[in-house]
Amino acid sequence: MSAVAPPAARRVRESSASWRWSDRLGLAFAWALGLLFLAVTAAIVIYMLVQGIRYVRPELFVTHPAAGVSERASGGFLDPLLGTVIVAVMAMAIAFPLGLGIGVWLSEYGSPSWLARLTESTIEMLAGSPSIVFALFGTLIFEQGALAFLSRTNDGVVYGRSFFAAAAMLSLIALPLIVANVREGLQAIPGHVREASYAVGKTRIATTRRVLLPAARPSVVTGAMLGVGRIIGDTAIIVVLLGATLRFNGASSVPLLGTLRGTGSTLTTFVYENAPTGEIDQPEKAFAAGFVLLLMVLALNVAVDVAARRGRRWR
Amino acid sequence: MAPASRPRRAPGGLAPDQRAELLLGALVCGVLLLVLALVVFVFREAWPSFARNGLRWFGPGGNPDQQIEAIFTSSDLLRKPVYTFHAWPIVWGTLLCTVGAVCLSFVAALFVAVFVVEFAPEWIRRVLEPVVRLLASVPSVIFGLLGVLVLVPFVGRHVITNDARRSVAYVVSLSGYSLLAGVVILSLMISPLMIAVFSDGLRAVPRGWLEGSLGLGINRWRTFWKIGVRTARPALVAGTVLATARALGETVMLAMVTGGVSFAPNPADGLIFFVEPTRPLAATILQTAEELTSSPMRHTIFAMAAVLLFSAALLSLAGWAAKQPMRKYGARP
Repeated sequence: MSAVAPPAARRVRESSASWRWSDRLGLAFAWALGLLFLAVTAAIVIYMLVQGIRYVRPELFVTHPAAGVSERASGGFLDPLLGTVIVAVMAMAIAFPLGLGIGVWLSEYGSPSWLARLTESTIEMLAGSPSIVFALFGTLIFEQGALAFLSRTNDGVVYGRSFFAAAAMLSLIALPLIVANVREGLQAIPGHVREASYAVGKTRIATTRRVLLPAARPSVVTGAMLGVGRIIGDTAIIVVLLGATLRFNGASSVPLLGTLRGTGSTLTTFVYENAPTGEIDQPEKAFAAGFVLLLMVLALNVAVDVAARRGRRWR
Repeated sequence: MAPASRPRRAPGGLAPDQRAELLLGALVCGVLLLVLALVVFVFREAWPSFARNGLRWFGPGGNPDQQIEAIFTSSDLLRKPVYTFHAWPIVWGTLLCTVGAVCLSFVAALFVAVFVVEFAPEWIRRVLEPVVRLLASVPSVIFGLLGVLVLVPFVGRHVITNDARRSVAYVVSLSGYSLLAGVVILSLMISPLMIAVFSDGLRAVPRGWLEGSLGLGINRWRTFWKIGVRTARPALVAGTVLATARALGETVMLAMVTGGVSFAPNPADGLIFFVEPTRPLAATILQTAEELTSSPMRHTIFAMAAVLLFSAALLSLAGWAAKQPMRKYGARP
């Protein structure tokens, strides 16, 4: 919307000296809050960066965490870091195709219309639901006997906590973001592009695949990045569904599958457990891990910006 | 919109296009079924707790922490399961945190959005927009960490006086883990969301309406406040609803900074009210999630989740209703 209106020509600054005092107060308040907001954000980021640089050591990245009582004895965050990557990849592997499919269906097909409306409001409800509810739902599903192969079993009791369980539920929180962005990107493409494609005899699905999706790629990428950001930032689901054990705790000795069926942790739970309210309480480690997490989020933000800038040519 | 010529038939008798439509439709139905299953499962698991307590589930009476303890241990030794749970302190804490943070950040976000859209110089605008997006994507556990290590000690040392501490010592201990810390950080977390939605709404206000007012000699602030902000009302509602949902579901940060005891802050305590600890619903679920193994406790936890889910559904309904007038003017929220 904003890009449609040309930026207003440089307005001549009107002096506020002649305004009524209430108007001037309002303007001053707006300025103050705007600058305060900037200052607070800057303070948070700079504080985290300073603390991070103070406490991050290269060896933290390559040592396994340990349950020590001092900063020196408690090891690094290799496992949580890998855990974050694994969880992000697995959850996106589920959420991305799903979100892409739903976004395409909503934008290009969308019939019957009651189903489209129902889907829209359901996705909106998903976006507004607390992630802790998904986590609890996850414990319900993955404790079913039929899904025992996805987590550890003990005497027939299914434990229900594993990378599979966590990734499946995390994909639900990334889904609304992907759907919304894919859909928005597709709808921003002018109708004549579609018509030109139909006119040369392409089917609807071929048009979508060869013409529309490549054109909407920046939005699709933005949606995916935002989804990844949401996934790596989530803590509640990881605490409940990944077990939040410090190290990878594989369910069997099969190399990859055993780990994925077992429990582990991510950077967010590492920070949570290392904060003074957590079970390990090593704030320096928490700062270091939080710093790494913040850097990841910052990088994703920059990537979104780049993607959005590329997408501007369609508007 | 249908393609002009029918494409060649696929072996299955369906055109590739139809097959793709069916496939995507099936995908959509699958997700809908999953969400339906989510709602049904959560409410089914929650039912025993509601059934045994009735409406008193939401009422006051007793200490929820002790009740949770009793419920959890009652499944052992084949004793009679206990379900008595009166969640008022937890519900009250949720309400206080959510409403407090939403009110605080509504005012702040409205002024910041007006500032960004209309009054900020170009360079500030160029800095503020990415900053808003960045702040919206900072994980809540980082906010929690900052709260625990910076704000909570500050509140404990400088805001809470020893007199205040002594005056309520027989009820609750004040340590800095407080409603105040929770509300402040929560409003910091949800205001970027509000600012983003508000400023989209404010930007969509037709320029001509504002210029008409300016042409009558009304100053810029008054013009924007009376016409811009009023026109963008649906966006204000939509943003507030979105932020409320986020605040309601915020788990980790609140579990870290609000103190972790199910105490109902008492407004009658005067200013001490703000620094009393509490614990909202989502944080309670997180901290009791390890007790899912006990079946009465499991029903109780799911009952709390059901309350959250129900409120989220209500909120998204409210958001949908607020968006209807926007559609009428052809604006996409």
